[in-house]
Amino acid sequence: MQASLGLKSGFALALVLLLAGCGGSGYQTKGIEGLLPELQFDLTAETGERITEEDFYGAPTVMFFGFTHCPDVCPTAMARIAAAIEASGAEEADELRVLFVSVDPERDDLPKLARYTDFFSEHVTGATASIPELRELTKHYRVTFGYDEPNEFGDYNVSHPSVMYVFDAAGEPRALFRPSDSIAAMAADLRRITRG
Amino acid sequence: MNTLIEWLRPWEPSAPVFIACALAFALYAIGMMRGARPGFWAATSYFLGVGLIYVVTQTHYDYYSQYLFSAHRLQHLILHHLGPFLIALSMPTAVLAAAMPATLRGLPQGPMRPLFSGLGVIYRILQQPFIAGFLFVGLIYLWLTPAIHFNAMLSLDLYWFMNWTMAVDGLLFWWLIFERGNHGVTPRLTPGRRILVLALVMPPQIALGAYITFSRQDLFDIYDVCGRAFPISPMLDQQIGGLITWIPASMMSVVAAIIVLAFRLEKTHASQSRS
Repeated sequence: MQASLGLKSGFALALVLLLAGCGGSGYQTKGIEGLLPELQFDLTAETGERITEEDFYGAPTVMFFGFTHCPDVCPTAMARIAAAIEASGAEEADELRVLFVSVDPERDDLPKLARYTDFFSEHVTGATASIPELRELTKHYRVTFGYDEPNEFGDYNVSHPSVMYVFDAAGEPRALFRPSDSIAAMAADLRRITRG
Repeated sequence: MNTLIEWLRPWEPSAPVFIACALAFALYAIGMMRGARPGFWAATSYFLGVGLIYVVTQTHYDYYSQYLFSAHRLQHLILHHLGPFLIALSMPTAVLAAAMPATLRGLPQGPMRPLFSGLGVIYRILQQPFIAGFLFVGLIYLWLTPAIHFNAMLSLDLYWFMNWTMAVDGLLFWWLIFERGNHGVTPRLTPGRRILVLALVMPPQIALGAYITFSRQDLFDIYDVCGRAFPISPMLDQQIGGLITWIPASMMSVVAAIIVLAFRLEKTHASQSRS
């Protein structure tokens, strides 16, 4: 009976560790290796050009879904990633690109997106698509977004994910940066990912 | 009309889930057409059980399950408790067997006998009352471990794996509780042991549900970082989810115990009538 209990507890513990450890080890943020699909998108960049994942191969990519009217989450995320890139200190980090995908195409026209991303860092590229295309893209990465009712001035809030996805130079998913992750942890993982 | 079609369209189509539900429906219907007479309530219970499992996995409801903790808990209440409960309550073995061709029904006694014997041994081990109860509660705890829950909601493969384990384990557990009729592979427990198992699985579910409901911290940040289906306070969402884990889930043990007692009384009454 004791041996049976021990076996069951051991099996349960191994299962917990296995499932909790999915995503890769050694990350200071959240590893997502094998948990999410590789980098894949088809968007209109702030320059008006059509961009796909192939344009981003060769250097790590950080992808974020937001909107330029966002009062808190988006500016904080952009400021944090800019700080983490700088803190990573990796020479290769110069090539790293941040893709800011606006999920509010009604208000975020391309010039506005360009002004917004330029404010934060030269690494940031703004892009967007139609709402159905954005729905497909966010669904692909297991996130969602939605719109509040507009107020009397026509302003509305947008609920959107607060995570940043990090893909390596080959477009493979590597890490997920959450708002609770420190800049130092993000910088350490960026260093690791940029160095392969 | 469009809204209805949108609601009926699966958020994440899953061929294995669709096929399993379609087969479950079709086999039961064929069994009835071939002369099996399960009775109105048994058939209703079966179709409702399978239908509920289909609705929470292969309609737009699944969208809410993925982006709201409370909707996710309701989905698992149906996948692990209510759906399998209704299916097992209907004891569909005879109807499903009537739908099978004779060649398929004879497989366990044919050349594939060793394989079926091996599966039978595994099944009987899983249906030992202590193991069945441990698995029933253990799976709820496992998938609600925050780090594991995060991974399961992030990875589509793990998400379906989680849902399958819940549905299959629910079927195993409730089958053991409601097993009756002709003797089969499932161990036949006395009504007292069935009620004991039901009583033993209640406190851990109550404890977990209460812990989630009264927790002052956001335990499942996946719903925050991935966005919620609609604006709702994270703590309110968590509290509703905790209550679903706590009250209806454990109340089903009480309902099942009453049903087990009713079956026992019915059997006693029938044997007294015969003598």
